[in-house]
Amino acid sequence: MESPIIELKGLTKRYRSLKAVDNLDLTIYKGEIFGLLGPNGAGKSTTILMMLGLTEPSAGMAVVCGFNATKSPIPVKKKVGYMPDNVGFYNNMTALENLVYIGRLNGIPEGEVKERARDMLEDVGLAGAMNKKTATFSRGMKQRLGLADVLIRQPEVIVLDEPTLGIDPSGVKDFLALIKQLSRQQGLTVLLSSHHLHQVQQVCDRVGIFVGGKLLAEGNIDTLAGNLFASEPFAVEVTVKDLVPADLETALLQIETIKKVLVNDRVLQISGSADITPDIVRFLVHKGVDIMDVRRRSYGLDEIYERYFETNLNENSSSEKSSGLFQRSFFRKRK
Amino acid sequence: MKNPAVYFKGLFSENASSRSAQTGDRPFSVIVRKEIADHIRSWRFIILLAIVLLTFLGSMYVSLSNIYKATTNVEDPDRLFLYLKLLTITDNTLPPFHIFVGFLGPLLGIGLGFDAVNAEQNNGTLIRLLAQPVYRDNLLLAKFTGALVVISALFLSLGLLMIGGGLIITGVRMEPQEFLRILCFIVLTIVYIGFWLNLSILLSVIFKQAATSALTAIGIWLFFTVFYQMIMSLVIKALLPDPALLLPEEVAGYNHTIMTFMRLVPSQLYEDGTTTLLMPSVRSLGPLSMEQMSGAIPAPLSLRESLLIVWPQLCGLLAATLLCFALAYHRFMRREIRN
Repeated sequence: MESPIIELKGLTKRYRSLKAVDNLDLTIYKGEIFGLLGPNGAGKSTTILMMLGLTEPSAGMAVVCGFNATKSPIPVKKKVGYMPDNVGFYNNMTALENLVYIGRLNGIPEGEVKERARDMLEDVGLAGAMNKKTATFSRGMKQRLGLADVLIRQPEVIVLDEPTLGIDPSGVKDFLALIKQLSRQQGLTVLLSSHHLHQVQQVCDRVGIFVGGKLLAEGNIDTLAGNLFASEPFAVEVTVKDLVPADLETALLQIETIKKVLVNDRVLQISGSADITPDIVRFLVHKGVDIMDVRRRSYGLDEIYERYFETNLNENSSSEKSSGLFQRSFFRKRK
Repeated sequence: MKNPAVYFKGLFSENASSRSAQTGDRPFSVIVRKEIADHIRSWRFIILLAIVLLTFLGSMYVSLSNIYKATTNVEDPDRLFLYLKLLTITDNTLPPFHIFVGFLGPLLGIGLGFDAVNAEQNNGTLIRLLAQPVYRDNLLLAKFTGALVVISALFLSLGLLMIGGGLIITGVRMEPQEFLRILCFIVLTIVYIGFWLNLSILLSVIFKQAATSALTAIGIWLFFTVFYQMIMSLVIKALLPDPALLLPEEVAGYNHTIMTFMRLVPSQLYEDGTTTLLMPSVRSLGPLSMEQMSGAIPAPLSLRESLLIVWPQLCGLLAATLLCFALAYHRFMRREIRN
């Protein structure tokens, strides 16, 4: 593939006994959109902070645009635009003043900086609020201003920490479309962290699932689903009219490709190694069962996420001795 | 947001080529400019300015109404330094201006610095600021410089205002030495306030809450202005023998030790310094023995000699300032910045 632009090697961050980020290896290539997914407190923000040299890793290193982010953060910061979650602005200054200040800090010449800030504000849809103090801004407006703030420096890499938080649904759609367009047109590399799976699913080329400081899996969504549900990749959900007869379950399991049948009141969840939805329907009709609804399940990010999150919960609740076992299974998954 | 298709047309394509050609101001001066603008516009500074101006006008009024008496007092070797007299004399209704500054200066310094770093952190602007290509020490230094520029401008204009007002009211010619002494006094004042400013910036780095750092700074200030003297006198009473039973040389020795301990207080250093600078006849800050005094004619010292006496005080204040800055730097450089 293309040249790597962000390389994390054995990155670890400890806060006393807590390991926020645990021996993380990750490579992000130029021009791709990478989604860092995980629940709150998984270590996403910490990883991003280490990439920008805002906090020091306990071990390992982060190389961004060819520079070690811990030892030479300034060249990294010149090329990376970072939008923190909960972005803050100087409340006593207007949006334009805030943006001009950042522009000046980035060495944009005095003659251009105002004009460019004004253009940028128009582009993110804040033209009307340009001369309002940012104290009066809503969360969504701040987020837009934050985006303008990142883009005014013309970065090569954009890092967005929970960028869609606090924007209304249509805003999110526009926002993500914009990010995707930027990445494609200008060859921008985008790293965004989120716990909103659907949003990330829309735009990301690759995602990394991040739980408890560990990257559990990375890849595009299809491969992730393939890895996870390798044993039973196909599932059908059938709703029937009357209560399911007891012998139906065993009868279903007689079919060769069906691996698992779950009966839940009037709902049958059938999973197997091949897509045999028509066969199942035919079989049920033969048995005289009244079918109300048949739904083929496809695995989206939701299922993937849930599945990984479940394993992690199991790991936490199990005793320390078995954690080695889980680690081994996690390594197997990542291949 | 509008239709994304029109966004940022061509903005990114010319990246590298255009950026190398253009250079704006350096980040340091940009931050200093913003800090100064912030201070000048803030209510906090306006209130502090009003307090300083009121004390200045009050003490000037008192000294101007007593200037005739002071300059005709033949006993006083400093009577010919009219402008220094303006700064130092009083009829005991109000303390002279330099005593006021010794008292209010810390408040000014603390007021401008106590939330330098932690307010930015609480607002979420610190992380955004440090994600820009800005060195962390530049940020600290710029915060310090910004406030110091404001303070310097304030005291320089007050000093010049005093000189100008004195010239208009009295019409007396000013000695070059007087002018230089007043300038040195202003520099010493700035260094003194700079110390408190730096101390409060240090506290703003250490404490997450602006209120905590403000209270701690004011606590330190109160300790030095009120409690330190009380503790010192308690310790002296408890540990040192009764002076009535001692030889004069021993008393002098003990006095010397006591003075050394008193000079750990920044305001003591400042007071020593200003006294020497503004009263040219002061020739020593410690006790003088009879042998030293004999043969000395009560006459004003030259500026150079006064400066020699003040030098250790000035160095002490500068050292304390540097120490605070170094500590703030140490705490700030490697710490994690997050919301």
